[in-house]
Amino acid sequence: MTDEEILQLLYEQTLVGNAPAVTGGVNDGLEQGIPPERMLYDALIPSLEEVGARFERGDYFVPEMLIAARAMQGALDILRPLLAETGNTGVGTFLMGTVKGDVHDIGKNLCNIMLEGAGFTVIDLGVNVAPERFIEQIEAHEPDVVGFSAFLTTTMPMFKANINALEKAGLRDRVIVMVGGAPVTQEYADAVGADGYSADASSAVKKAKELIELRRSRVPA
Amino acid sequence: MSRYETVLRSRTREVVIGGSGPFCVIGERINPTGRKLFAEELRSGDLSRVGADAVTQVAAGADMLDVNAGIPLVDEPQLLQAMLRAAQDAVEAPICIDSSVVEALEAGLSVYEGKALVNSVTAEDDRLELILPLVARHGAAVVGLANDETGIPATAHERLRHVRKIVAAAADFGIGPEDVVIDPLAMTVGADTEAVTVTLETISLIASELGVNMCLGASNVSFGLPQRHALNAAFLPMAMAAGLTSAIMSTAEVCVQAVRAADLLLGHDPWGASWIAAHRARVAAEQTAAQQAPAAAP
Repeated sequence: MTDEEILQLLYEQTLVGNAPAVTGGVNDGLEQGIPPERMLYDALIPSLEEVGARFERGDYFVPEMLIAARAMQGALDILRPLLAETGNTGVGTFLMGTVKGDVHDIGKNLCNIMLEGAGFTVIDLGVNVAPERFIEQIEAHEPDVVGFSAFLTTTMPMFKANINALEKAGLRDRVIVMVGGAPVTQEYADAVGADGYSADASSAVKKAKELIELRRSRVPA
Repeated sequence: MSRYETVLRSRTREVVIGGSGPFCVIGERINPTGRKLFAEELRSGDLSRVGADAVTQVAAGADMLDVNAGIPLVDEPQLLQAMLRAAQDAVEAPICIDSSVVEALEAGLSVYEGKALVNSVTAEDDRLELILPLVARHGAAVVGLANDETGIPATAHERLRHVRKIVAAAADFGIGPEDVVIDPLAMTVGADTEAVTVTLETISLIASELGVNMCLGASNVSFGLPQRHALNAAFLPMAMAAGLTSAIMSTAEVCVQAVRAADLLLGHDPWGASWIAAHRARVAAEQTAAQQAPAAAP
């Protein structure tokens, strides 16, 4: 297969969530010398973005999104160490978790994959994460961004509780706070005092990069 | 068949969950989650849709109605009270007062006339200690979710452990097993192929071990999938066969019909009396509509 054919295969097989084919394609690509970045940026990320767009339009359903993400994850597992070697990291560190009382993680996991694909180091704390745990992990990892995810109107108030805990621990100015989840809006994000909100995984990446840049330009290193 | 009868009341009507009776359909619609327009109306103090949705759901076959006021950044106790008043004025069906905010449950119970179903408590110690006294004081019944602060257990046996804890804690506060309705937790099959299998196993286990009544959010199973009503309508009879006695659910015709058909098939509608009566009512309504149609034409 030519390089172009392999990239096309990666794009198409990620789109339909065929994990074995994607893993195989990545290995074939590496064998014939396609740079890992090229597979990531010219095939895998555009494919997952297309998945997101189809879901947004109502053409794709939850299981299709999940298997596509799983296929992408399989590819990332192979590419991650290689990308690190070529210096395709260092965009920033992103600490992620679903808030206390909430066990929904589909959207959060998609964000993680897109962030990793974009060169972020992602530390995922999983679901039902208490404010104390966020604090402890922020102190341990000193991330650039912390992301709070909530899927329920009943658990969204935990954003505020988490931010209050950050303030109390004296960490609020040391980390960018992003929030997201199905019922969350920009208005709500503003009301609880978050730094950023995004409606989907690919815009979360854009927003996180933007906020980090803004912060680095403001704060002298 | 459950071993207990959970009796709920409005000002004027009594509904029984369990025993040998039919399945209790609890309309899910009066809930602003995922209903942007409804949420905006409620936020601006327009409660007209509450009454309208109550009437529509009861006409579609709901035995009870769930009422939820969960909108971010609103005074939930106050809104829930207003919504409960509107719903009670519109229909006779008893109500399931739905909130995770203890103050809202308390406010809701204070304006509810009858015996309400409080939705919900979990197996978490602090939630049990806050909510159960409230339920006992108002002589209400309570929905108990089979999870705790560590999340939703992956297996039926772990969920049963939470259920036993809730039933025991309720007894400590003088709430008998007949007034505890367990939510065995329905998760979306779109995210986990085994999700519904675990729910069905949990229902069977709770039914055989404890025999308490059960209620779950049936529409969860179809989240993120196309043709949701068809999936819900397939799920409900399976859950009923396993021992489920009520559900907070869509009152779409296909769902309600699936439930009533399963009632008959499982022996909860002796001699098909309700099934046949519903058929006659439908035929009569069709005939009336047919007679009126030519007259209405110019």
